[in-house]
Amino acid sequence: MELFIQQVINGLSLGGIYALIALGYTMVYGIIELINFAHGDVYTMGSFFSIAIIGLLDASGQLHGLPLLLVLAVTLAGAMILCGIVGVLLERLAYRRLRNAPRLAPLITAIGASFILENIMQLWRGPSPIPFPSVVPNVTWHFGGVNLSSNEVLVVVMALALMAMLQIFIYNTRLGKAMRATAQDRDAAQLMGININMTIALTFFIGSALAGVGGFVSGIYYGSTWFYNGFEAGLKAFTAAVLGGIGNVAGAMLGGFVIGMVESLTAGFISDQWATVAVFLLLVLVLIFRPSGLLGEVLPDKV
Amino acid sequence: MAALLDLRQIDAFYGRIQALHGVSLRVDQGEIVALIGSNGAGKTTTLRVISGLLRPARGQVIYVGQDITRLSPDLIVGRRLIQSPEGRRIFARMTVLENLQLGAYTRTSVTEVAESLEEVFTLFPRLKERVNQKGGTLSGGEQQMLAIGRALMSKPELLLLDEPSLGLSPLLVQTIFSIIQDINKRGVTILLIEQNARQALQIAHRGYVLETGSITMEDTAANLLASEEVRAAYLGGNVKAS
Repeated sequence: MELFIQQVINGLSLGGIYALIALGYTMVYGIIELINFAHGDVYTMGSFFSIAIIGLLDASGQLHGLPLLLVLAVTLAGAMILCGIVGVLLERLAYRRLRNAPRLAPLITAIGASFILENIMQLWRGPSPIPFPSVVPNVTWHFGGVNLSSNEVLVVVMALALMAMLQIFIYNTRLGKAMRATAQDRDAAQLMGININMTIALTFFIGSALAGVGGFVSGIYYGSTWFYNGFEAGLKAFTAAVLGGIGNVAGAMLGGFVIGMVESLTAGFISDQWATVAVFLLLVLVLIFRPSGLLGEVLPDKV
Repeated sequence: MAALLDLRQIDAFYGRIQALHGVSLRVDQGEIVALIGSNGAGKTTTLRVISGLLRPARGQVIYVGQDITRLSPDLIVGRRLIQSPEGRRIFARMTVLENLQLGAYTRTSVTEVAESLEEVFTLFPRLKERVNQKGGTLSGGEQQMLAIGRALMSKPELLLLDEPSLGLSPLLVQTIFSIIQDINKRGVTILLIEQNARQALQIAHRGYVLETGSITMEDTAANLLASEEVRAAYLGGNVKAS
């Protein structure tokens, strides 16, 4: 029982990170039907930017002078904005011109963009793992045989808070409505006066900024990163998005937590080595029995 | 009367296929102009060019004296040149209210938008009853009302209507056409595309006939209705022996 609770806690933290990444996949897919394979690397860049910002604060002697919350806020905001810019640049430079091209073209471009980002990061910080500065003191609480760390709480709380904000944004603001309209029918959205280039860029910005949050919290959670980190995490987050129903924001969140939980429970009760297998097995099963994903709706025919 | 919209020698292509050949037409302030023609004649393409969804290869679109040929669709909407597209294209997964709010996307005054909403509900009481229902759950006629209502939410100066009667029962077609006339009487200029040529010409002031991408006739609606050629080709009349 203790092992179960422990693995559920681990699964929630893992799932929170996957969910944050999965949101970007699903939002971009929802609006331009592109699987942005470079998205996992944007997540890694979130960790890299966080490390760089903390490094800058440290070099300027601010790191220990400022309150911890302010340091975290500055780092997080910086990582989000920089990742958002990377996402917008990707869309502008790599994907926009291919918007009406056959589907394979932007897909291959996305894979190419992924390689480019990975290589930029490798050139920047080298091929070895990079330690994430331990700015946040990690407190661990013991409940019987179960350990709960403050980092795990941080990951889950951040993930849930940002998801709630995203939901509010999408459903209750003018720009959120513009995003949904553009996702449903691009031409009709234009006829409403929506600037779809701006709306699509905004979608990339938000999705990438959320991946940046994922990079930031995963750095704190794992304590290190490396340039190739986003490959597997990205693949699993993509699986989460498909599992939840690609294009569906709530589905990506649910999918992220399900994937995290499956991975962690398999690791705990069967073996570490089977964890990834279990994740993809689950994907295969869902695709067989519910191809549109857990929350994916079977769309009514367009008139 | 001043020309509100003036299309000059428009050539438009889909890939290598030329869809419009030197199309020129004008719509004056306060008019209802009908653009009739068979399937594939280029009617929808003409509207796509006017709304900026398709860039013409040659020619100009002049609106209120200004060249809008190269403006993006959202900026054209900002000038109150609004299109209600073929097939209604309502946002199926959004509520009736959200659809109407999106119609007012470019408008900033909350009170004015609220007034427009009341106007739309007066014109289409059915929409008020269904205000929180998802667009996709409406009947065909209700969807058409929503599409027109949504276009009205932007307070159009010139309204482009693409096949508003498509797929509706004869009774509903009557209703929609009388509402179109009503909208026109409230000061909105209308360019109406229809396969239902007779109905369209009955409410229009003037009309154009489009055939395989070229304008072949232009006249007052009354003259077009009386014309043998139009009767034969579009009104189901007898072909005159020649």
